Amino acid sequence: MNIFSTTSSGGSASEEERRAVAKAVNRSRLVIFLRIGLAVVTLATWELAVIYGLIDPFFFSRPSDIYTQLAVWLTEGTAQGPLWRELLVTMEETVIGFFIGSLLGIFCGIALGRNKLAGDVFSIYIKIANAIPRVVLGSIFIIIFGLGMGSKVALAVVMVFFVVFGNAFQGVREADRNLIANAYILGASKRQVTFSVVIPSALTWILASLHVSFGFALVGAVVGEFLGSRHGIGLLIATAQGTFNAAGVFAAMIVLAVVALAAEYLLTALEDRLLKWRPVQFVEHGM
Amino acid sequence: MPTPVIELINVSCKFVSPEGKITQALREMSLCVNEGDFCAIVGPTGCGKSTTLGMITSLSPPSTGLVKVFGKPVAGIDPNIGFVFQTDAVFPWKNVIDNVAIGPIYRGKNAAEAKKMAADWVRRVGLAGFEHHYPHQLSGGMRKRVALAQTFINEPKILLMDEPFAALDVQTRALMQGELLSLWSELKASVIFVTHDIEEAIALADRVVVLSKGPGTVKSSYDIPLARPRDVSEARYSEQFIHLSKQIWHDLKNEVQI
Repeated sequence: MNIFSTTSSGGSASEEERRAVAKAVNRSRLVIFLRIGLAVVTLATWELAVIYGLIDPFFFSRPSDIYTQLAVWLTEGTAQGPLWRELLVTMEETVIGFFIGSLLGIFCGIALGRNKLAGDVFSIYIKIANAIPRVVLGSIFIIIFGLGMGSKVALAVVMVFFVVFGNAFQGVREADRNLIANAYILGASKRQVTFSVVIPSALTWILASLHVSFGFALVGAVVGEFLGSRHGIGLLIATAQGTFNAAGVFAAMIVLAVVALAAEYLLTALEDRLLKWRPVQFVEHGM
Repeated sequence: MPTPVIELINVSCKFVSPEGKITQALREMSLCVNEGDFCAIVGPTGCGKSTTLGMITSLSPPSTGLVKVFGKPVAGIDPNIGFVFQTDAVFPWKNVIDNVAIGPIYRGKNAAEAKKMAADWVRRVGLAGFEHHYPHQLSGGMRKRVALAQTFINEPKILLMDEPFAALDVQTRALMQGELLSLWSELKASVIFVTHDIEEAIALADRVVVLSKGPGTVKSSYDIPLARPRDVSEARYSEQFIHLSKQIWHDLKNEVQI
């Protein structure tokens, strides 16, 4: 009768089950091993290619130089100040831009998605605005907001807004007609339908867009710094570029990659929490 | 003198596609369901069975004709109506108890009170112990039980069912039919049950209405004199049942032939 309690029940697991678990564990170990192996091989090939003169470290740098550069930044700080302060500036711009952009996007997407006429009228302009390469707005924002944080946040907001808006809008439009009809018949008002049916079903779409848009916010912040600023990782890259320091550019890239990866991890955790009602597609035993 | 609860008077229903093509789903159809009646509607695919239910809920109003519920023309969703859908319409992001409690909450009950009512209904549909499961963790039959509890908790006086058991396997379906009859006998609601399964219609209903092929209209109507309470799985072997089933199939056969 208890078909839902098939979780490991102590020592009663049969030989076959144990073998299956062992196989899954082995496979996940193999994946991790190959991942590390691939990184080691790539870095070693790069370093060796430089040593044997196959590629020019002036343009392409080399892993050991990048490592040294990172170590210098971490211990002695950058030309503009300690690395953590530069990173903090960039992160602040990114996170503020990400929050403002996604909140605006979610709000507008749901509002327009729920109002058919407004949606039809505005959608064409949203499409046009989405087609423009929004990075060029960075120049305008620097003119308006100056070299401080404002211009970077504004660029990050613009980068994030359209992605989140598009997904929220689509998510609202795709909400199951049956569920909406069911809610109305069960006694829901239009407002209740929006909050208890439409938003939860659009949430899958919205959360998916947040993954992409955090990266966009980072691009907005860094490009903004690139175009003109006093602090930030973008400025670090611009300075490195100005002094033909390829290792500096790569080192800054690695710093950004670590940040993006951490954010991705946090967003996945948030998604798992909010969407715990979804069926598990792939159950990996022994993970 | 029985009181009519649902009246469809000469209703026709047309749909206009975005390309401007008009399809007629129902043509001059009239139907009357009395208080406490269990009425089943059978008919070929596309004859407007589901449209009929949509008109009663006001979600798809008729093009011409009049629909009356409790003697008054329909205007908006009547709070006395309950609707069970063919597809899963339980909310996948809510667990069983929250799904069942949602109706009373929509209608202004506070959450604690609604949950107490819901716990009772979850038990009555036989899902005790599964209160905190999400719909994807349940079988199709169990999800249907959630849908039934969700509808019955509002104590509807009119119950509209749109092929509710069509997606279930034969054994589960027979079980759910019996369950439905026992819940219905407590509730005393008037039911319109749309199905394309003749045996299901006879086993459940007091009256079976056969619709002609689209645009549909009432072709014939049969009173089902089988005694209540019925045992759904036994009733189908009686002489009377087989005779009725043959008659209705004969009516329907002419409609489904191409």
